[in-house]
Amino acid sequence: MISDLFSVTVLIGILASGIRLATPYLYAAVGETFSQRSGVLNLGVEGQMLLGAFAAFYVALTTGNLWLGMLAAMIVGAVMGLAMAYVTVNLQAQQGISGIGFYLFGLGMSDLLFQKLMGTVETVKGFPRIYIPGLSDIPVLGEIFFNHNLLVYLAYLLVPVAWFVLNKTTLGLKIRAVGENPDAADSLGVNVARVRYFTIILGGTLSGIAGASLSIALLNVFQQNMTSGQGFIAVALVYFGAWRPVGVLGGALLFSMVNSLQLWMQVKNVPIPPDIAVMLPYVLTILVLVVTVSRVRAPSALTKPFEREE
Amino acid sequence: MKKFVWFFTLVVTFALVLSACGGTAATTEPAAPPTEPPVEATEVPAVPTEPPAAPAEPFRVAVVMPSAINDLAFSQSMYDALVRVQEEMGGPSAFEFVYSDGMFVVDDAAAAIRDYASQGYDLVIAHGSQYGSSLQEIAPDFPDTSFAWGTTVDTFGLPNVFAYEAASHEGGYVNGVLAATLSTSKVVGVVGPIETGDAKLYVDGFKAGVAATDSTVQVNVNYIGSFSDVALASEAATTHIAAGADVMTGTAQMVVGAIGKAEEANVLWFGTQSNQTSLAPSIVVASQVYHWEVVLNEMIGLIKSGTLGGQSFVANLANGGEVMEYNPDYPLSADAKSLADETIQGIIDGSIEITLP
Repeated sequence: MISDLFSVTVLIGILASGIRLATPYLYAAVGETFSQRSGVLNLGVEGQMLLGAFAAFYVALTTGNLWLGMLAAMIVGAVMGLAMAYVTVNLQAQQGISGIGFYLFGLGMSDLLFQKLMGTVETVKGFPRIYIPGLSDIPVLGEIFFNHNLLVYLAYLLVPVAWFVLNKTTLGLKIRAVGENPDAADSLGVNVARVRYFTIILGGTLSGIAGASLSIALLNVFQQNMTSGQGFIAVALVYFGAWRPVGVLGGALLFSMVNSLQLWMQVKNVPIPPDIAVMLPYVLTILVLVVTVSRVRAPSALTKPFEREE
Repeated sequence: MKKFVWFFTLVVTFALVLSACGGTAATTEPAAPPTEPPVEATEVPAVPTEPPAAPAEPFRVAVVMPSAINDLAFSQSMYDALVRVQEEMGGPSAFEFVYSDGMFVVDDAAAAIRDYASQGYDLVIAHGSQYGSSLQEIAPDFPDTSFAWGTTVDTFGLPNVFAYEAASHEGGYVNGVLAATLSTSKVVGVVGPIETGDAKLYVDGFKAGVAATDSTVQVNVNYIGSFSDVALASEAATTHIAAGADVMTGTAQMVVGAIGKAEEANVLWFGTQSNQTSLAPSIVVASQVYHWEVVLNEMIGLIKSGTLGGQSFVANLANGGEVMEYNPDYPLSADAKSLADETIQGIIDGSIEITLP
């Protein structure tokens, strides 16, 4: 029944679930924001997430050290980013297609390694929930906001940091300049290639962490193709968020909240077919995209390779 | 610019090849797949003490599966069954099999099925209902090869296609009876993939089992719309727990995340398809496990006697194609255990009729 949805338990459930579900999107989409603001569309996020998830899980499983797992995910993501940067910046390959290539590489490679190195689904003890004295005890609010693991908090902390870097630092100015008008930036002495290398590798690193947030913090398993399209949703969220970290946060939260709402609708036997329910977050995202995107402008140099005129 | 295009093509090709390798054991060369099943490597004792009446040629089977052989669910149930058939028949010298797993792209699967057929395998199994229309096209081109398709009952009227399915509602019913008995909160949660086929059958059977045991127990069902979204399955489990469920079940390979959440909250779990005890030994009560070897053995017998298809088979509790496997570490009370045994017996002898919606 629909009326069953309006209770404190359900409200807490929806908000807390939404906050957790948004975590991997935040890492991946904030990373993608950096690379797109510098003019590079990276569609390989999903592959980077998968390999990051596997690396984190496998290292955590074999060493028992979650931080080494995190480090492994970051390294794997960064290396994938480095390769992507070489292909798109130096070789000036078409960005969309090469991104899909990297996605397929990550999908296949993570599965291959999973089968070769592990052989079966296993579990690890991931990052535990952090109990914050005082805050976690607040009724309702404590359950919603202060009952999560470390990687969830870090994801939300990343948003203001990314905003600050992009808008208040010289580095951010360079990134935006390179994404808007690389020729002008170049003539002012900004090394376009170096800036793009930086943003793509940063994006890869954050995608790796996004994968790790699934495999060693939120789910604590690795399964073939476990990201299940989240990397592509993250790319869509960058457009949704109009290339701003705060917008990305809004998009990630909206998508995740609607997703957790539909989970609750099914549990509370709201009489709509499950196929319709699971479509809701996607339909809503598309609607918002249609309404908002026409009003914002993408970075001018997005997807355009930069060729220096000598 | 040319160089870039060339290099780029190379990268994409490389990526595609690798992704193909990851997903499948072999498409072009099934005899030596990169992810060869370990059983093939098993050495046959040089001098068997009692040599079986060794057939000159081993019976050769190829199978194409949608997910990984180690998914602890649908694909693993078939892989484990093939391993058991191989053991029963006396090792790789009498029975050999190859597989392509992770074939969630139907076109790739179709190519693999055709490849295997043209390489003269005695039986080519398309383990996934989504492969049906491909098989319908391929099978007539290889009239001397036997094909099997599951889970379904449809052989397309072709003389060289067998169909097989699991009566997953039967084990689902038994799981449901136990779930209703063990639930103290009177709320039970179900995490399903997409409301169709084997999954729907299992969930409906489970609901019927709960309803028949205790009509006051509420079953909340959640279909997450995906066979692979581990994160959403896990969040669905969290939702069930928040809604008061103290017993849960779920089907398909993405439930591994849900089982983790059940373990964290100390909520009981009932498995299906494969034995899921290893994922959470403290809370898995029982799993309905598919023993496809019952069906496979019948097919192999028919093929050896010259019948290549045209029949359909059901794995169920009565013929041993479905087995309830209990977690030895879970302290299931004797009463509950005997209730489960009675239920199984009732389903087998027909005194319990499972009414599905």
